[in-house]
Amino acid sequence: MRSDPADYELVAPANLQEIVALLAEEPGTWLPIAGGTDVMVQYAAGKLSARKLVSIWNLPELRHIEVLADEVRIGAGCTYTDLRENETVGREFPLLVSAASWTGGIANQNRGTLGGNVVNASPAADSLPALLAYEAELILVSIRGERRVPYLDFHTDYKKTKLASDELIRDICLSRRFSEYFSYTRKVGARQAQAISKVCVAALGRLDGGKVKDVRIAVGSVAPVPLRLLETERIVQGKAIEPSLLLLAKKIAVAEIRPIDDIRSTMRYRSTVVGNLVAEFLEKLRANEPAI
Amino acid sequence: MTSNRIVGASVPRKEGRDKVTGRAQYIDDMTLPNMLYGATVRSRVPRGKIKKITFGSGIAWNEFVIVSAKDIPGKNCIVLIVDDQPCLADGIVNHPEEPILLLAHPDRHALPKAVDTISIEYEPLPAVFTIEESEEHREIIWGKDNTFKTYLVEKGDIDGVWEKADYIVEGEYRTGAQEQLYIENNGMIATYDPERGVTVWGSLQCPYYIHKALMTLCNLPADKVRVVQMETGGAFGGKEEYPSMIAGHAALLAIKSGRPVKIIYDRMEDMAATTKRHPSRTRHRTAVTKGGKILGGEIEFAVDGGAYTTLSPVVLSRGTIHAGGPYYWPNVRIRAKAMATNAPPHGAFRGFGAPQSLFAMERHMERIAQVVGLSPIEIRRRNFLQPGQTTTTEQTIREAIDLEKLLDRALELSNYHAKKQRFSKDNRMGTSKKGIGVAAFLHGAGFTGSGERNLSSVVDVEACADGSVRVLVSSTEFGQGTKTVLCQIVAETLGLEYDDVTIAQADTGEVPNSGPTVASRTVMVVGKLVQSAALGIKQTLTTSGALERSYSPAEFRTACQNYVAAHGTFRSSARFEAPSDVFWDDEKYRGEAYAAFAWAVYVAEVTVDLSTYSVSVNDLVALQEVGKVLHPVLARGQIVGGIAQGIGYTLYEKVIWQNGRMQNSQMTNYIMPTSADLPPIRVFFEEMGNIHGAFGAKGIGELPMDGPAPSIINAVEDALQVRFDAIPLLPEDIFEKLATESISKSGPHSAGGVQSQ
Repeated sequence: MRSDPADYELVAPANLQEIVALLAEEPGTWLPIAGGTDVMVQYAAGKLSARKLVSIWNLPELRHIEVLADEVRIGAGCTYTDLRENETVGREFPLLVSAASWTGGIANQNRGTLGGNVVNASPAADSLPALLAYEAELILVSIRGERRVPYLDFHTDYKKTKLASDELIRDICLSRRFSEYFSYTRKVGARQAQAISKVCVAALGRLDGGKVKDVRIAVGSVAPVPLRLLETERIVQGKAIEPSLLLLAKKIAVAEIRPIDDIRSTMRYRSTVVGNLVAEFLEKLRANEPAI
Repeated sequence: MTSNRIVGASVPRKEGRDKVTGRAQYIDDMTLPNMLYGATVRSRVPRGKIKKITFGSGIAWNEFVIVSAKDIPGKNCIVLIVDDQPCLADGIVNHPEEPILLLAHPDRHALPKAVDTISIEYEPLPAVFTIEESEEHREIIWGKDNTFKTYLVEKGDIDGVWEKADYIVEGEYRTGAQEQLYIENNGMIATYDPERGVTVWGSLQCPYYIHKALMTLCNLPADKVRVVQMETGGAFGGKEEYPSMIAGHAALLAIKSGRPVKIIYDRMEDMAATTKRHPSRTRHRTAVTKGGKILGGEIEFAVDGGAYTTLSPVVLSRGTIHAGGPYYWPNVRIRAKAMATNAPPHGAFRGFGAPQSLFAMERHMERIAQVVGLSPIEIRRRNFLQPGQTTTTEQTIREAIDLEKLLDRALELSNYHAKKQRFSKDNRMGTSKKGIGVAAFLHGAGFTGSGERNLSSVVDVEACADGSVRVLVSSTEFGQGTKTVLCQIVAETLGLEYDDVTIAQADTGEVPNSGPTVASRTVMVVGKLVQSAALGIKQTLTTSGALERSYSPAEFRTACQNYVAAHGTFRSSARFEAPSDVFWDDEKYRGEAYAAFAWAVYVAEVTVDLSTYSVSVNDLVALQEVGKVLHPVLARGQIVGGIAQGIGYTLYEKVIWQNGRMQNSQMTNYIMPTSADLPPIRVFFEEMGNIHGAFGAKGIGELPMDGPAPSIINAVEDALQVRFDAIPLLPEDIFEKLATESISKSGPHSAGGVQSQ
């Protein structure tokens, strides 16, 4: 541990109300910490700049999965293990369950939370493309009240979000209208487990009379933010999946992303692999091969 | 011969119970009264003169003990082979992460901040980062010509073979650095008092290396330095030489402060600052007949040694001697050199130069096969060493090894031929391609050449007052099974129960110098000595009349008790003596390089996914001849673990260097494989015995590191029909190579590097 615990303050208020009050009192001063799977990594490396931490771990208000008629509301404090163990999530949101199973090891999955993954806003986070594909909405709370925002444009730039400095994510809402869709997701990491993605794809699709009726394609690790490939989706809409369309979809997908060279991979590799996986998704959609 | 009652049986590990119950004491479990914590201030530049050191503000510096080079009581160097590596940089630094200052403080949390506030100004000097830059000599960073060591091996008349050749096949092969990644990071505690001198406890492989280094550094006589090994959580060679540095640092802080000092590296410091496997480059030029017989060849083997000599000469030596693989070379010239670069010194790592040069050899055999138009199997068959023939150093193969038979068994176990045929058919379709590859290799056990003679190792076996028997050696346990197997050997030799034999903690205050725990020598060399010392006990007891020739374990215990009661402490020693018929010429690098070789054929099966360009290993058959398996579970564990490490070396583990500094010094970005990446590893043994080893054992610790890389890369080539000659081979490398090949369309095997005559 390269940090000195004496330099840090940690408070653990009893309920959500007290937490949002504290955030409102000194906006931008208190860093919420849930499972700590991101924050403690920075702490161990001596790189955690926030000195005041407020624990939101295991708050009942944040740790529940509510199944409503048209949507499932996942508390931001739910862990990956919670997601993997929930029957409805398992049945209706396989993209999210796969992502949860890919995140870290068992210990990380017992501590890491979905809300934390969203707020940490890493473009390489595995669950975020799944949330994009399911067109998630977020319920944000503060002392000022609550608001519901689409997740699609929640991330504004690298590690930046629309969350105000006095706000917390309370719920991640997933519409239940995709349960009949064909699901495809693939993580390309440097190893089979415990790896940060080089490329991550989560996609949903539906055919009608051999033609694409509706698709959602989201990618991670290939832009400053997790990305929906809206242009690629538009191009394939209403078309039959044939070799010429695959080539076109590859080309458009590659044009939509902004990958970089970094310690984990190269721009060129990431571009080509995104194209390959978009094509693989469409081929499997055509063949209706189970992909998860 | 053995009963398979103890030797040959998988008895419980001596230290196993303590490890699984958490009672085992590792260095960070140990605390001494009044203890300080130490930290190291390191260089941030690859090469430069230290102009100024500024201690930052906001730190209560009067609470810190600060040590610099001028505090060193003895000579400022870490003694090993050449005394060129300072313990603390004095005026000049030669690599990033080089230790410059040491700090100690009662609160371990106070240290990282204090280290961070110290700023060091340098006058930068031009630095060298690759073998090529080093051999250009544009910048001389070490000695006269940046060269730590060279070897020349010559056999026959190499200059005469080229005109007789039907083909001359050339190739260049490269291997990268690799981090040992033991589970337990490095750590040491040192104490000092004028009466007893320096004592260090730590995580380490070679107590007497540290003992020697501390004598010189602290200017103390042998009896004023004591080194004690704590339970050690893995080493793989990574705790062979660098612990001498850490022990030195802890000792210097203890001497200056008069208090015990503990230094524990975290993972980032351990990965960035300590040794790694030597990167290498091997060039082959081979004369071959139409029939695929090797007439002779030139091999140029170069390793990147980093900034100081450390163990590079010996790593280079092993790589040189293994460069010809398990093949017969009527004529050969091997030129080898270890070059200096401004990176932290590279060091010992399981295999010790052999995985590097054997990767080249086994890739080159594939190329020769392609040029000649033979299968990878046939080319090996036609060139295998036969009993009576000589190796590249003209060591005669005296044992009845039949490599063709070994190869055939490996092919059968892996279902090689059927798979090969099926893959080449199936690969015509689809985006995933399968391949299968073979590697044949050998690994010499024990120190090279005159090494064992020079070491002149000593072991003791003691008959104790309670009737039990105790082994005293400096050979260390770090997960591989030293304690267990040495006790098995003694119990078997004396006809006792396994539980009747214990082993002393490796403490230089108590145990004799049985040499370092390296080079796959412990079971074979030290085991044989322990066996002979144990026989000494039996002989004394029987000749003194305390014991009948035939006895039960209970009678033996009674005899020991009586003998110790009558005569006091009763120890039997054995010292290594080189067999008289073993000849080695250090000048010409010729003769009996190793007392024994273990032999192996590995077969790897892979799938390459052309959507992601990633390789997965689906099956690995590991067949080896190891003399005699003394402990089946531990032996299998050595092979499986070595192969896992070898798979990491081949496909995953890449050290990302920038100006001589490791950029990915965390386990999240230095990628070692997990169990999810490993295939079923199928381990098979042949046992031919070995007169030099205890109960016929040969060394096996390093052997499994040699085979995975070439067999896997040969399999990747089989899958893609594209050549890869460097490891680690990452998906990005495969992608780039395929992108280039599909542009140039020069066919699967362009003529580059091949001349037909």
